[in-house]
Amino acid sequence: MPLPVVESPAPACCAPPPAPPPAAAPGRTGRTALLLAVGLGTWAAAYAAIQPVSEWLSFRALGLAPASRLGQSVAFFLFDTPKVLLLLALIVFAVGIVRSFFTAERTRAILAGKRESVGNVLAALLGIVTPFCSCSAVPLFIGFVEVGIPLGVTLSFLVSAPMVNEIALVMLFGMFGWKVAALYLATGLSIAIVSGFVLGRLKLERFVEPWVYESMQAEATFQKERLGFTGRVQKGLEAVREIVGKVWPWVLAGIAIGAGIHGYVPEGLLVSFMGKSAWWSVPLAVIIGVPMYSNAAGIIPVVEALLGKGAALGTVLAFMMAVIALSLPEMIILRKVLKPRLIAVFVGVVATGIMLVGWLFNAVL
Amino acid sequence: MRIQVLGTGCAKCKQLTAATEQAVAELALGVAVEKVEDVREIMKFRVMSTPALVVDGQVRSAGKVLSPAAVKALLQPQP
Repeated sequence: MPLPVVESPAPACCAPPPAPPPAAAPGRTGRTALLLAVGLGTWAAAYAAIQPVSEWLSFRALGLAPASRLGQSVAFFLFDTPKVLLLLALIVFAVGIVRSFFTAERTRAILAGKRESVGNVLAALLGIVTPFCSCSAVPLFIGFVEVGIPLGVTLSFLVSAPMVNEIALVMLFGMFGWKVAALYLATGLSIAIVSGFVLGRLKLERFVEPWVYESMQAEATFQKERLGFTGRVQKGLEAVREIVGKVWPWVLAGIAIGAGIHGYVPEGLLVSFMGKSAWWSVPLAVIIGVPMYSNAAGIIPVVEALLGKGAALGTVLAFMMAVIALSLPEMIILRKVLKPRLIAVFVGVVATGIMLVGWLFNAVL
Repeated sequence: MRIQVLGTGCAKCKQLTAATEQAVAELALGVAVEKVEDVREIMKFRVMSTPALVVDGQVRSAGKVLSPAAVKALLQPQP
């Protein structure tokens, strides 16, 4: 597909956008590769040391009995905190590098002119790798709609971007194995694709604020960023500094709650009201989860602890998806471009999708 | 010189505004940094990710929080 030439909104004679950094010299690339190898080696050594060190700390240094409640809670906390933070740093670094290949503008250029069904699938997939922050939801929404990307396709992207969260995916993989991670990925993508498609069929364009369509623009252009190997590694490190720096209190809070549940909630207590047999627990989990807003990294330790005490996987995953995919702040931001009716339908369709997934998991597993 | 920061008031937008103000002070440009918070105004600049830095009507950076040093580089006269 020939990519359109960059089109600057201002006269071409004026200063061009930030000049690309000069191509990295071979020596610089070699040094970056060496530092990267050393960094990854240190990471692996630290990760291997977590279990022995955390056990030594809780049962020897603090002298807690391994069977006691406090011992269980403290050991959980001391084991999970470094494990989750280390995993998080590695994942965020890798995702930061992948994301340096994608920008909102590039994703828009890929989606522009796609048919609805294909568009929904592509939008859901691109939602995983495109950098997205809920505070940018409105400019992104308008940017998509004004180049003629169908509303349903745009909504598929807006569902997938927060819901299929790469941090959640890799943490599920690390804690519960590839099956749970794959189920999460597949069902999250399905919800994004199907709910976007359904919303597109409902012809809800009249519930978009009319001024959005006034600024229609014909072309979707994007600018390529030339980064080179060193530049991409730097982007990865920037992502680690920014994201880990921001979410670590959430992670600690999540692990502390998880540790409390782990040590003090009796085994099987949750079976009666979060187990498979309680069908109503799935919608209840979604209703509780929608107004809650947490980071994916903070919610997973809670998920782990709930599962360990007999809660059903479908119920817990439905809760997690509702917490990270639908958030009150994002709805308030989207209100600037969407009428309340459309927001309500959007939340309703996505929440229904999440509930169906919860029931499906509980029935199948 | 006209310097604008586009953003709907999120934390990142405030960070970029602060960095820009610092850069402007260090360069002693003596201009105020304008904040553009209205979505419709922001969309006129054709940006898809905020926060964005606009100098004399031109988008110089979008979707990134820049360090004061990076802002300074963008504010220097272009060759």
